[in-house]
This record gives sequence, structure tokens and C-alpha cells, in this order.
Amino acid sequence: MTNATHPVPPALERMLTSTLGLGLAALAVCGLGALSSPDQFLRSYLFAFFFWVSVPIGSLGLLMLQHLTGGRWGALLRRFFEAWSRTLPAAFVLFLPVLLGYAKIYPWAHPPADDKIIAHKALYLNGTAWAGRAIFFFALWSLFAWLFSKWSAEQDRDGLTPGLSSRFQALAGGGLVTLVLTVTFASIDWGMSLNPHWFSTIYGVIYLVGAVLATMAVCIVVLSRMAHEEPFLHVMRKDTVHDLGKLLFAFNMLWAYMNLSQFLIIWSGNLPEEIPYYLARINGAWGALGLFVVLFHFVVPYAILLSRDVKRTLRLLAPMAAWLLLMRLVDTYWTLGPDLAGHHGSEAAAFHLHWMDVLAPVGLGALFVHLFLRQLKSRPLVPQHEAELQTEAAHAAPAHA
Amino acid sequence: MSALYGLMAEFHDPKAVVEATEAARMAGYRQMDAYSPYPIEALSEALALPKSHVATICLGGGIAGLVAGYGLQYWSSVIEYPMNIGGRPFHSWVAFIPPAYETTILFAAFSAVLGMLALNGLPQPYHPVFNVPAFAGASRDKFFLCIEAGDPLFDAEKTRAFLASQPGVADVAEVQP
Repeated sequence: MTNATHPVPPALERMLTSTLGLGLAALAVCGLGALSSPDQFLRSYLFAFFFWVSVPIGSLGLLMLQHLTGGRWGALLRRFFEAWSRTLPAAFVLFLPVLLGYAKIYPWAHPPADDKIIAHKALYLNGTAWAGRAIFFFALWSLFAWLFSKWSAEQDRDGLTPGLSSRFQALAGGGLVTLVLTVTFASIDWGMSLNPHWFSTIYGVIYLVGAVLATMAVCIVVLSRMAHEEPFLHVMRKDTVHDLGKLLFAFNMLWAYMNLSQFLIIWSGNLPEEIPYYLARINGAWGALGLFVVLFHFVVPYAILLSRDVKRTLRLLAPMAAWLLLMRLVDTYWTLGPDLAGHHGSEAAAFHLHWMDVLAPVGLGALFVHLFLRQLKSRPLVPQHEAELQTEAAHAAPAHA
Repeated sequence: MSALYGLMAEFHDPKAVVEATEAARMAGYRQMDAYSPYPIEALSEALALPKSHVATICLGGGIAGLVAGYGLQYWSSVIEYPMNIGGRPFHSWVAFIPPAYETTILFAAFSAVLGMLALNGLPQPYHPVFNVPAFAGASRDKFFLCIEAGDPLFDAEKTRAFLASQPGVADVAEVQP
């Protein structure tokens, strides 16, 4: 890994050092906080983990998607997606605090004796089954990540043979179905079960779309830091940046669509077993935060990303992507926060934000980005023998990107 | 012989037409157009075409559609025919969003297509460039740059010499109006 024979942008080396320092420092301070309030630490840590693990998961999804659809944007970002997905084994290690401390986080671990609803769900929602599923999810996702990276190395060595191409597509097709199912169950286990009385069948899809949006955002930000250095300099083209902008725009719209679908159905039904989830989130300070998310996660970015120039210019697109990544974090807090604070459906849920709710995502995020950059550095940063990335496309005049 | 529409240079290579177009723009020509069997992004950039207004028209149509769709629902369920449906408020804005979204897309799509047709003047059965017999190749494998007579710098002799001096040029033809 140290004696890289491929060009590594100096910007990547700088980010490697800064993210490691920031990550370890922020998590160390959170570790001190854990000494005085371990329960709060676990809740903040779960929130941070639930958000950041969505990036390797979303990367796995986009990696499979681009193997099926093709396209220059996918070839350009394939190494990013592969590197993010290879952080999944490390993500399991970072999941250990949640795995060991789940009983202090999830209400179903210690239900009141008269709670018949939780009692009926005990076959699914019990510590052993929950932990077993988590281990299974991480093992399966890591296997997918390992296979895609292994075969991608074969392409670097021998070129894209027809046999390799069909292997990529077969694994991507089957893998995408498997991924949607496993992510649905994982998001139910880690996020939705914080409120074990409530349920929504679209929850997993909302999580997955948010994951893909966060992935797109973080990859655009990292790319923009290195776009003017080799090996990216000679493959960057304005129309490819345009595609990345369009995808960011589309995934943000899809995120809004999924959330409105859930809200519209629950709001129209107005049923006592469903509506408390939103009553806790649309009243008081939580409601103000929800309105903020609607306006600044969707409405304003939507209006800005309508512009063709913003989508085509990496210098303008990258700040928008960074903002959307921050909004993904705020939205995740709005989704989990009331339940983490123990408000299950009371209309006037008191707003709650601990300092560890801010510091844990910073620390865990920096550490995740560091792990990602280490993986990214270990291979050529753009795929070799990739027809999509040939600088002189046979049919077109040179593009002044 | 009546006044010319312009002079048209023929190229067999996409790179050559892009370079000739850039050279023509550097030489000060503005009123010109290039023709290719498929879109070449660099060619559009070389022509330095002004920004199209279709996007603005499309945005206007979308906003009109949003106002119309939401307004129709508001008018019918709040003002003209207020009905109690399942105890929900007359102004049930959550339920108004999907139809308002649909009318936004409908109006935006229609205004984009109609605005595009209004601005580019299509369908246009006659155009002077069709008078050059070789121009049929523009829909197969040939590339053309036409400098129009309306350009202030246009001069039948000098412009012809300029086009003929471009690398890769196959032929320069007069375009009858």
C-alpha cells in the first residue's frame, strides 16, 4: 500500500492525515463523555453510526447500479464506491459499541411487563436475533464488496473480458435485490426499532435512498478536492460532472418523494398506531427542525440544482453536495432524535440535543473518510482498461472540459 | 446571380470543422452555423451560441402549472365545494401536493417543447443550405461550416479565401438563397 505505483494526488495524502487526527480526537472526547453518561454516549454513537454506515451501504448500491447501467460517471467514481464498500469490515468493528450496548439503547430490550405489542414482536426483536442479523448483514455486504474489488483488480490486470463483464452484471443484478432486502431489515433493526410500537414499510427504502444521496454527495466533495491532480485531471470532462450533478439532483428528489409518500399515507390514515410518529416530529421544536429539513434539504437545493451551470461546474456543485451531506445528517437526527430521547408519540416532545450528538458524527465521519481514503489509495484511482474513460473517444472531437 | 445566402465549407473530419469554426470566430465572424450528423459538444462551444431561452420558458411553465394545479384544488375544496371528508381540513395541503406536482411537470414539459419549436422556427421545410448538393452528407458523414452573407465581415472573395485556407477543408460552395 505504501509503495504505490499509480499516481496518488497530494490532496489525498493531506486529507488522510487531517481526517485521522480529527476522527481520533473527537471520538476520544466522546469517550470521556461516555465515562460520565454512558447511555447518552451510546445513543449519540448509534445516531452517528446509523448516518455514516449509510455511505458504504449506498456505495455498494451505486457500485452495483453502475455495473448494470454503465455510463462514464460510474466508471469515474467506481474506485470511490469500491473503496467505500471495502470499509464495511471496519464498519463492523465500529459497530461493536452498539452491538455490546444495545440493551441500553433499544426499548424492546427491557419492555414493561404489560406491553403486549412488544411481547408479540419478541420472536424478532430480541438481543440474540438482532445481533445475529447484524453480523449476517455485515458479513454479506463485506462479501459483495470483496468480490467486486477482486474482479475489478482482474480488470486492471487483464482488461475487461466478456466473462468478467458477465460476472460483474450477474453479481450486480442479484446483489442489488439482496441489498435492498437486507438494508430494509437492517434499517428496521437499527433505526425503526427505537420505537418498537411504530412501523412503516417504506422505512428501509427511505434509508437506502438517503444512503445513496449521502454517497453521491460525499464522493462529489472528495472528487472536487482532487479533480485538478492526476490521475483525475486527464479524465475529468464537463459532461461527466453534469451527470454527477443530475444524479445528485435526482436522488434528492427521490428522497423527497419517498418521504412525502410515507407522510401522505400516515397523515391521511391518521391511525392511532401510526400517527404518533409524526405528532412527535411536527410539533414544537422538532417541528421547526422538520420544516428546516423540508426547506433546506429539498426546496432550496432543488431550486439551486435546477441551474445547468451549477450541475456542470464542479466548483459550484461541490459546496451544494457538502450542504446536502450536512442536511442528510440533520434529517437523520430528525428521524431518530425524538425516539432516542425517549419520546414515543407524545405530542409535545421536548427538543433534545446533547453535545455528543454533534461530536460523535464529526469523529465517526472523519474516521470513516480516513478509512475510505486509505482504501482508495491502495489501488489505481481510476479503473484501468476502461473504455468509458479513454481520453480520446473515437467518435468525438476533443472536449474542452 | 442574386445575392448569396453565404459560403459553406465542407469537412470530412469532426476535428477540422471544430478548428475551422474556432478560427472563424477568432477572425471576427459571428453570423455562422455549423452542421454535423451527430451532436459535437465542442462544436457548440466553438460557435459560442447565446444561451437558449428554452430553460426559462420551461421554468415559467412549471411555476404556472404549480399555481394552476394547487389553485384548482384550493378553489374547489375550500372555496366552491367545501366538503367534510373523513374529518380532514378543507385545505388538506398534503393531499394537494401530488396533483400539483403532476400539473407542474405537465405544464413544464409542454412549455419546453412548444417554446423550443417557437424559438427554433421548426418545422421549416425550406432552408437555403439545402441548395448545396453535397449538403445531403450532413446527415451521413460530412461536416459543414456556413458563414452567412449577413455577417458584417462577409466578403464573397475574402471569406471564400479564408474558408479555403482552413486545414482539412474539402470544398467551399456558394449557398444560393
